[in-house]
Amino acid sequence: MFELSRRKLLAAGAALGLAATSVAPAFAQDGKETVKAAFVYVGPVGDYGWTYAHDQARLCLEKNLGDKVTTSYVENVAEGPDAERVIRQLAQDGNDIVFTTSFGFMNPTIKVAKQFPDVKFEHATGYTTGGNANMGLYNSKFYQGRAVLGTIAAKMSKSGKAGYVASFPIPEVVMGINAFQLAAQKINPDFKTQVVWVNSWYDPAKEADATRALLSQGADVITQHTDSPAPLQAAEEAGAIAFGQAWNMESFAPNAHMTAIVDQWCPYYTGRIQALLDGTWEADNVWLGMKEGEVEMAPFNAKMPEDVKAAAQKIVDETKAGTYEVFTGPIKDQSGEVKIPEGEVIPEGDLLKMDWYVEGVQS
Amino acid sequence: MSLDLLVAILMTVAGAATPLLIAGLGELVVEKSGVLNLGVEGMMLIGAVTGFAVATTTGLPVLGALGAMAAAALASAIFAFLVLTLMANQVATGLALTIFGTGVSALIGAPFVGITTPTFGPIFPEALTSSPLLRLVFGHSPVVYLGLILTLAVSWFLARSRAGLILRAVGESDTAAHAIGYPVLKVRYCAILFGGAMAGLAGSYYSLVLTPMWAERLTAGRGWIAIALVVFASWKPGRMLAGAYLFGLVITMELQAKAAGFNMFAPEVLAALPYVATIAVLAIISAAKRGGANAPACLGKSFRATA
Repeated sequence: MFELSRRKLLAAGAALGLAATSVAPAFAQDGKETVKAAFVYVGPVGDYGWTYAHDQARLCLEKNLGDKVTTSYVENVAEGPDAERVIRQLAQDGNDIVFTTSFGFMNPTIKVAKQFPDVKFEHATGYTTGGNANMGLYNSKFYQGRAVLGTIAAKMSKSGKAGYVASFPIPEVVMGINAFQLAAQKINPDFKTQVVWVNSWYDPAKEADATRALLSQGADVITQHTDSPAPLQAAEEAGAIAFGQAWNMESFAPNAHMTAIVDQWCPYYTGRIQALLDGTWEADNVWLGMKEGEVEMAPFNAKMPEDVKAAAQKIVDETKAGTYEVFTGPIKDQSGEVKIPEGEVIPEGDLLKMDWYVEGVQS
Repeated sequence: MSLDLLVAILMTVAGAATPLLIAGLGELVVEKSGVLNLGVEGMMLIGAVTGFAVATTTGLPVLGALGAMAAAALASAIFAFLVLTLMANQVATGLALTIFGTGVSALIGAPFVGITTPTFGPIFPEALTSSPLLRLVFGHSPVVYLGLILTLAVSWFLARSRAGLILRAVGESDTAAHAIGYPVLKVRYCAILFGGAMAGLAGSYYSLVLTPMWAERLTAGRGWIAIALVVFASWKPGRMLAGAYLFGLVITMELQAKAAGFNMFAPEVLAALPYVATIAVLAIISAAKRGGANAPACLGKSFRATA
């Protein structure tokens, strides 16, 4: 506590000194000696899912850059006005860069970025910076992992029906559902994906109940786009199969857990802070996937049959090689009409605005 | 609708209703004694994390549930000391207890993230749960039956026992009860400790049975629903049972309807159903002439013994 306040005092003194001699140097543009970075999380760091993955990356960043970076985080920030308050506070506290790690933080981040042109902002999973030059966007192509899950699901399902526990109908989630279903359909043309919206990113009891509802309605594969391991546990209890979300969740369901989409944010975070240190930071809009190592699959369950493993590994390998793209036409929408003609690939910009479901998705 | 599906739905309803029922019964007794404890959510979280920690360390879920009750009762003792002995504002202290519980449970739970625990096995022999109908009677977690027994016990205690009469007297008119010679604060201390233990048990039901894991904010706001259910039940244990199961039914049906591909309404409309149902029932209850809202007269008031 004393350390902190003394440091603040010194900093304030230095700032005053600078102002008095009116030496307003342009060193803000150049590299920095140290960087102070803050992270805004939508859930608790202990969710063992989305937020946990971001926090692991934060710790990894600290390890990679040592003394050159100090980090802090605020967890459980509600999407909306509360987020704006938190982000503004972090900007005022002298952070050089603020990472906001949930879709719903996009508009608050844009607002605060306008007010603090000297602070850098990076928003995960959003689609616009509102024209701010000091705000970047970053995202991972999780849908590439979803295609692997869909392949495994269709190969292993007996009922031909998967249950999808989903949070909110935003493009990120819609895209994931479609990728899962499209990959499954390639294996089994009659495959169906039933979606249940739980209207929350994190509500373990409700996620578990939604899973039980899906299982009792005939689904025998469960996948999720919510942040807790509860769906996996409910699947384990019922003897169904399921997949981890954001992190390897095998410990929760050793039999049900086939694999997981693992989010690896560390290389990106390290790269961005290094850019700040070097003075080369520029607002970017990146969407990295398996090829760049930002999306990984957890080790396949030993129980998985060899042919399923091979089919899943093939998707991973071809995705990395750039020869497989799940959103390749012909793709039909829910009404059965061809929306994307044969051979055409849905452009990235359209994916990030996706608001329609492919054939076989029941939502 | 097949019998299997119907039974599966009803089992889920019982599972969703039980923690609300148990935490609600505890809060009902607390409020009957004239104290409003808004810290149910915090105590549930403390119970959830303690139950999980004890169960994983010892391998005995029963010990976990007992530990959960003890830890949450301890937390409620802090609340009791503040509002009864130091006469702090009950609403503010209760809210503080929730915030305290959220934080302290995250702290205790940090080493327990990412592992799972042994859970309560079925108490009846497997032969009894072979057919769907038998499963509906015998296939639940023991805590579900405990919830029903507790309802009967609390109902009997409040309506028929001498101690229950004294507790109600203290809640209705603390000064009169004091004048007759009843130990108002002692009664309230006991009620608050009971409420804490019940909240702890309800919390451990999440971390040991429903979702056998620990994650921060595991109960995701269920404590607040339990408090609302007390009003919903108009401070009657029988109605608490009905309210908790009704609420469980509505949240389960919402998910079942979605899982069955029923998409006549937007998902948000279905998600709002439990709350719409709550408001509707509250309106009906308060419109009824008799048996309407009968809040204890001294609810939320501090008591200082004079003479």
